[in-house]
Amino acid sequence: MKPRTANKIATVVIVTFALLIVAILVSLLGYILIRGFNHISWDFLTSTPQKIRAGGGVGPQLFNSLFLLVLTLIITVPLGLGAGIFMAEYARPGKLTNFIRLVVEVLSSFPSIIVGLFGLLLIVNTFNLGFSLISGALALTFFNLPLMVRITEQAFRTVPKQQKEAGFALGLSKWKIVTSVLLPVALPTIITGTILSAGRVFGEAAALMFTAGMSSPRLDFSNWNPLSPSSPLNPFRPAETLAVHIWKVNSEGLAPDALQIAAGASAVLVLTVLIFNLAARYFGRFIYRKLTASKRMS
Amino acid sequence: MSFCVLLLIVIIISMVYFVASKGVANFVNGEVKVSEFLFGTKWSPEADTPSYGAFPFISGSFLVTLLAALIASPLSICAALFMTEIVPGWGKKLLQPVIELLSGIPSVVYGFVGLSVIVPFLRDTLPGQGIGVAAGALVLSVMILPTITSVAADALASLPQNLKESSFALGATRWQTISRVILPTTFPAIMTGVVLGMARAFGEALAVQMVIGNAPFVPHSLFESASTLTSVITLGMGNTTMGSPQNNALWSMALVLMLMTFVFVLLVRMLERRNKI
Repeated sequence: MKPRTANKIATVVIVTFALLIVAILVSLLGYILIRGFNHISWDFLTSTPQKIRAGGGVGPQLFNSLFLLVLTLIITVPLGLGAGIFMAEYARPGKLTNFIRLVVEVLSSFPSIIVGLFGLLLIVNTFNLGFSLISGALALTFFNLPLMVRITEQAFRTVPKQQKEAGFALGLSKWKIVTSVLLPVALPTIITGTILSAGRVFGEAAALMFTAGMSSPRLDFSNWNPLSPSSPLNPFRPAETLAVHIWKVNSEGLAPDALQIAAGASAVLVLTVLIFNLAARYFGRFIYRKLTASKRMS
Repeated sequence: MSFCVLLLIVIIISMVYFVASKGVANFVNGEVKVSEFLFGTKWSPEADTPSYGAFPFISGSFLVTLLAALIASPLSICAALFMTEIVPGWGKKLLQPVIELLSGIPSVVYGFVGLSVIVPFLRDTLPGQGIGVAAGALVLSVMILPTITSVAADALASLPQNLKESSFALGATRWQTISRVILPTTFPAIMTGVVLGMARAFGEALAVQMVIGNAPFVPHSLFESASTLTSVITLGMGNTTMGSPQNNALWSMALVLMLMTFVFVLLVRMLERRNKI
């Protein structure tokens, strides 16, 4: 074959395959959103699910997902920030640092089901927290923490060196440089990364099946006392999240409209992740303009 | 701050310790032999003389993972080439969000779409029930597309410009440059992406569980039902009592999963080292 013909064929193949991926995404999103959209209504979003009859909603599941996300972020963000800043600014290259890097890498590549099983063993059984929101949040911490560490470390590493040097030249302490010079520059990237990781947490199911549980007690949304067992805010109650609900409805759903419920819940899940994606972009840019001098420079 | 780092180390050590101690329980108390667990093809924990052969699940996991990598790799590498070599301008603008969105879609949603689109499609066009190895591999391949594509695209973008320029200066066509210069030089880095994708496929639980059929046999064709380690754990863990031999066998499978994760991480590290030279 002439090189020129081979070149043409190869180009066509590459372009076709690349466009195929775009087509996959478009049809995937189209399918999920169009099929699910008809089923989304205020009633579907707020009512409780039905076991046998048709017409159940996903209200408690949606609330559980959001609440669990908030709990997880409250735990992981400070820890991840701390470890990330340590790795980027304080850790000296050496055996220990390499080991920590390996730990982060291994931890972030563990399958989520292993994280869930570990949560079952340690948090649910050994610490005796049972199937509860707090167990789920802790399991998600193992899952999300390595991500947060990596995001923070990378964000700090991309800050131009001159910024740090300028800080030292002014005689600032290391801590002052980290908090008032580097952190503001790195913050937009960190926030973007955090929101994106929140999307992953929101859709996570395998790690939660064995920790947060696969059922929700009857919730009383007028009861805001976090210690009462029927209160939605009680972190020690079992909680089925939206993603777990989709899995359960698909594998063992008995309701006649199980497929529609799965379609509707999938659409809600994907829409939420899409919103997280857009928010990450918008918010990152917004914070960057707010915190840095880029406004005054241009 | 050192506390945060210390916490990471404590988490991983306790994770390995807890899963390993449960995973070897069956072997230590003599309930099951290691060789029987790894290579036995009969899984019947409820029989009168129970046997705990996990070979169907181990082979099932490897089978769907390899198939998914075989389907996804060419697609992903083409997408990465499209973004970096063919139309670097709008190609990147088009594919970058696509890749990000694909990687953001939760795995249960992939399972749901697999169950309601891919399975009926396979049932109507090909022999078999639709659910099975092929459906699992297809779902997984879409799930790992973003992983391979983004790593491959990063590798291609970081290639020194003068390599390409000298190839073009010698009169090579774009395909000749890609196939003889660009791909061989970036091969280890692209393989890193493939291994990362395989690691994700190997550990994926729910999406596979929903479409693979979960039959405890070694499948004879791609359109038969099979099981993976993750799908058996997902289904079995809630239904067995803690500490029973059957439950411990599930933990042994979790241990296999964990050891495979170490293998994947090791592979990635080796490939990265090769990439540096």
